[in-house]
Amino acid sequence: MKDRGDQSAGQALAFHSKDFLKWCDEVLEGILRRSPVGSGLDYITKDFFNWATRNSLYFLHFGIMCCALEMAVASAPRFDQQRFGIIPRSSPRQCDVLLVNGPVSKKLKPVLRRLYDQMPEPKWVIAMGECAISGGPFYNSYSVVPGVDQFIPVDIYIPGCPARPEALIDGFLKLQVMIKENRKGLLTGK
Amino acid sequence: MWINMGPQHPMTHGLWNLRVKVDGETIVDAQPEVGYLHRGIEKLCEGKTYPQIIPLADRLCYGSSLTWSHLYCMAVEDLMNVEVPERAEYIRVLTIEMQRIVSHLMWLAAYAGDLGLGVGFVYTMREREVFLDLFQALTGARITYNFPRIGGVAHDLPPNFERDTLRAISYFEGRLKEYEDLFEGSKIFMMRNVGVGILKKEDAINMGVTGPTLRASGVSYDLRKDRPYSVYEEMNFNVVTHKDCDCYARYRVRMDEMWESCQIMKQALKKMPKGKVRIVSPRNAPVGTGLARVEDPRGEGMMYIVGDGTDKPYRVKIRSPIFVTVSAAPKILIGYKVADVVAIMGGLDMCIGETDR
Repeated sequence: MKDRGDQSAGQALAFHSKDFLKWCDEVLEGILRRSPVGSGLDYITKDFFNWATRNSLYFLHFGIMCCALEMAVASAPRFDQQRFGIIPRSSPRQCDVLLVNGPVSKKLKPVLRRLYDQMPEPKWVIAMGECAISGGPFYNSYSVVPGVDQFIPVDIYIPGCPARPEALIDGFLKLQVMIKENRKGLLTGK
Repeated sequence: MWINMGPQHPMTHGLWNLRVKVDGETIVDAQPEVGYLHRGIEKLCEGKTYPQIIPLADRLCYGSSLTWSHLYCMAVEDLMNVEVPERAEYIRVLTIEMQRIVSHLMWLAAYAGDLGLGVGFVYTMREREVFLDLFQALTGARITYNFPRIGGVAHDLPPNFERDTLRAISYFEGRLKEYEDLFEGSKIFMMRNVGVGILKKEDAINMGVTGPTLRASGVSYDLRKDRPYSVYEEMNFNVVTHKDCDCYARYRVRMDEMWESCQIMKQALKKMPKGKVRIVSPRNAPVGTGLARVEDPRGEGMMYIVGDGTDKPYRVKIRSPIFVTVSAAPKILIGYKVADVVAIMGGLDMCIGETDR
């Protein structure tokens, strides 16, 4: 057990992670983001970073219903979506895209919201299939949320019941176009 | 310590949560938790007319959707006393067995991926596409077919379907041997399967487990043989059983069932008579009950329909095989290591769509 004196002495010597974050904030905010250095760096790196982002869209490996099978088929030999850099990852912390592929029940709603919150920025959401778009054949059920966009912002809608793998790949290509059109610098956000 | 495996976990294959209590690495207790995919299908059926429910029944189990719409149609035919034309019955048997192969291939792909045999996933998915192409030619859809109708099937076989199916079967039978070499030649696959997840014969019977899991425990119980429906009486096939009760036995039973399905498909094509494929069914059902049981790829599925004289059912009850099997999961899991959970639960072939309804 340390006493108070030791702690204060230790704190005076150490450079804590909180101090480091504060330093990062001050330096990045003060020097990079608000000065011409930031916009200059953004101007140089913007296109390159955007190219890297849109060609390595990792989506969350999270199967809900029928469309999950088509999601698996899209990774299989005939459709092979890995050639576009679209790869499933099992942890939401490594993902760029949340692929919602089925009806969201009221029990699932908080879980899905939490998965979305756990994903790091920048992130996008694809609603695959009628169930995720509007509830599909279960739109009037007592336990199904009619549309995932009621609690998560959705970027791309892929219709179909279930959506075919070609449609899924087309949705990802449309997302790539969208990312390319809205490219922003990492530092200044412009 | 309790570990939550789910609802988002690469092991789950669907939407459920397995809570395991561990002592060190050994599992001492387990609690499966389902209900994340509850859509209230039984209630939704009460607001739809009889033909409108067929697409909903398709979406009960996305792995083997045709089995469930066929089961629903059989239950309604029992309620309405409708005689199905013989050619339609043969087409149904043909498509159901094709669906069984597709479902088992999907299981095998997921199982191989789980156990670190990525090449198994790639091969099995490639052969699954062959049968999905046949389904596309027949119904136009890849997963949810909406093909059986009350009193028959939607339409006759397309041109050259028989030739294409025989070609696909002979191609697939060769591939099936290739899978056996691939899987059983892999030392890792065998180490993670043999002697893991033992479910004894008595336990399996007492807990109501059906399907390949029961047959892998050494019980010869198959509704296609024991209580033949459709035209299974005229088909010549074996009920596959295995006496080892472990994950390897379940894998072996499913592999052999795919082989038997190929034989049934060949016989169905050979014996198929000519004639009508559909008769006009009445719009309203009489007051009474209808019951049907089928051998789903995952176990015994049952539907019980109460009619009240109108064009909508009064009550639809669905018996799901996996809802029963998953309740036996603690019995299988206790005593094994956490790393075995993937092999054991993967070997049960979970399908949450019909579990949660």
